[in-house]
Formats: sequence, C-alpha cells, structure tokens
Amino acid sequence: MLTLTLNGVVTDVDASTIAELVATLGLTGKRIAVERNGEIVPRSRYVETPLAPSDRLEIVGAVGGG
Amino acid sequence: MNAPTDPSTLADPLVIAGHAYRSRLLVGTGKYRDFDETRDAIVASGAEIVTVAIRRTNIGQTAGEASLVDALPPAEFTYLPNSAGCYAADDAVRTLKLGRELLDGHALCKLEVLGDSRSLYPNVRETLVAAERLVADGFQVMVYTSDDPIVARELEAIGCVAIMPLASLIGSGMGIVNPWNLRLILEQARVPVLVDAGVGTASDATIAMELGCAGVLMNTAIAKAREPVRMARAMKLAVESGREAFLAGRMPRKLYEASPSSPSTGLI
Repeated sequence: MLTLTLNGVVTDVDASTIAELVATLGLTGKRIAVERNGEIVPRSRYVETPLAPSDRLEIVGAVGGG
Repeated sequence: MNAPTDPSTLADPLVIAGHAYRSRLLVGTGKYRDFDETRDAIVASGAEIVTVAIRRTNIGQTAGEASLVDALPPAEFTYLPNSAGCYAADDAVRTLKLGRELLDGHALCKLEVLGDSRSLYPNVRETLVAAERLVADGFQVMVYTSDDPIVARELEAIGCVAIMPLASLIGSGMGIVNPWNLRLILEQARVPVLVDAGVGTASDATIAMELGCAGVLMNTAIAKAREPVRMARAMKLAVESGREAFLAGRMPRKLYEASPSSPSTGLI
C-alpha cells in the first residue's frame, strides 16, 4: 500500500503503477487525463509509470461547463 | 444528431482554424438539469461545437455511473475544453493541457482567465500571457476576452484562431451591452469573432450575427430558460436569421426622415 495525494486527498492506494491505480478506481478505458507531480502522464505510459510515496496525482475528466 | 458535415457541401460555413462547421451556434454543457436535458437541448440547438470544463473525477463514483462523454460522445461533437475557474495563466495552461490530453491531442480549446469571482470578468493581462504560451505549444486557441479592441488585436497577433469578446457578464443574460466596441473589434479582426458570455434570449444572438459576428457561444441562455429545448431551437433560428440578415445587407437607417412605402401619386 502506498500513501499519496489523489485529487487533493491523502489516500492509501493498492497500486504500484498509474495503470493499476486507474484500474483500481474503475477508470480503465474512460476518458481521463492523469497528472503526476505536475506532469501529464500520457495514456500510453500508464503501465510503465510507477507510483511513489507522497506522489501528488490529479485525475481529471470532462464535465459540463460553459 | 449534429455530426460533422462534409465541408464541401456548406454554402456559408463557419471556418475556425481551417475546419468548416455548419452551425454558427456554439453551446456550453453546464447548468442543465441532467444529462438527458443536456443532450436534448444541444441536439435541438444544432450546435456542433460544445464547451466542456476539466475537473477532478469523482473518485468515489461508481464505475457504471453516466458521464457527459456518454451523453455527448466526442465522436459526434467537437469538444472545446475550457479553462473556466482559472485566475492565472499557469492554471489555465495547465488545465488546457490536461484537456488536450484527455481528448487525444485535440488542439482546439477555449481560453478564459478570470480576474474577479463575482463579475467573472476576464483578466486580460493573464489571458494574453496564457494565449502566448498555448499558441507556442500548438494549441488552436479560441479566446474569451473583454470587448477591448486593443486586447482583441493583440490576441489575434499572438495567433489565436478566434476572438470571443463578452456581450456582458457570464450568466447575466444582459445581452450585448456595448455594440460599439464589438463593431470596432469586428472591423479590424481577420479571424472569426464570436460573442461569448451574456447572451440572454434569441434577439441577443440575432443582433450579434447582424453586427457581423461569425458565431455565438452561449450556455445559460439555453440551460436556464424555462424550456431549454425550446430555447435551443429559438437560438438555432436566431443565429441563422441574424446571419441571413447580415448577408442580405440591411436597409440604411434614416434618422428623422420618413420614406413612404406606398405611392405618393394617384391619390384619390
């Protein structure tokens, strides 16, 4: 288990890569974007991008707006 | 459905960054009652380009819950991610980069950088900074701005693909409060000018098009009408009629002088 900040909330996650985290959250294949420590992680790199303790992650999607 | 049209069949297309669109009405996806109403209104509006906001996913959300992209598939509509809620150039650039990533590299975006949380008036200095960075990074920037013609000129010089001056405050429904500035912007612009923000009812959209705008972007005017789907239809017609009137060339105004429509001779 890793402790990191996910969307502003300190969370324990059972994942060692971005791909695993996305899967744990039920977001695999969904239209999202991921930012790790201020840098965007392209979808093609989810599998090979590791998670580290104290990482700051943002997972965003498109919502209604003007 | 408002599927992308074959550009060669369009008589008077809206051309933005080299892409031709049939509809000159662009619509936001916020403030609707639910996704069904969002979709019904947008389909009724005929809009092809829809704005979306970029926000954190709800981590606690169940996997099967519907999302905006289910109701309005990006394959059917051209998504225009916005930087709504950003008050600094850095935030706007960061947000739009995330938007581009989630749309598989789609370069078209709506830049807005706000300066005040009550009026939601744009911070034009931060907008100029953000625009420069985004254009340098390959974005096609449609930029929300004030109706200051000098700022509009500078944004165009930076390379924005469309200038979008406000008609009035976001969500205010006040219509075009300063048609004089809008005309100054229209006279000098060599990229499309679209009114964005403050449209309240159909006549506001028609007036924008009669002035010579390339298009109109609105959200609250439709979403907060008593009958949004009906207002969406009204707006579609309003934009079309305003455009036709503009192309037809209106009659001149004659101040303090009348001109009878019936003959002055042969009176009994």
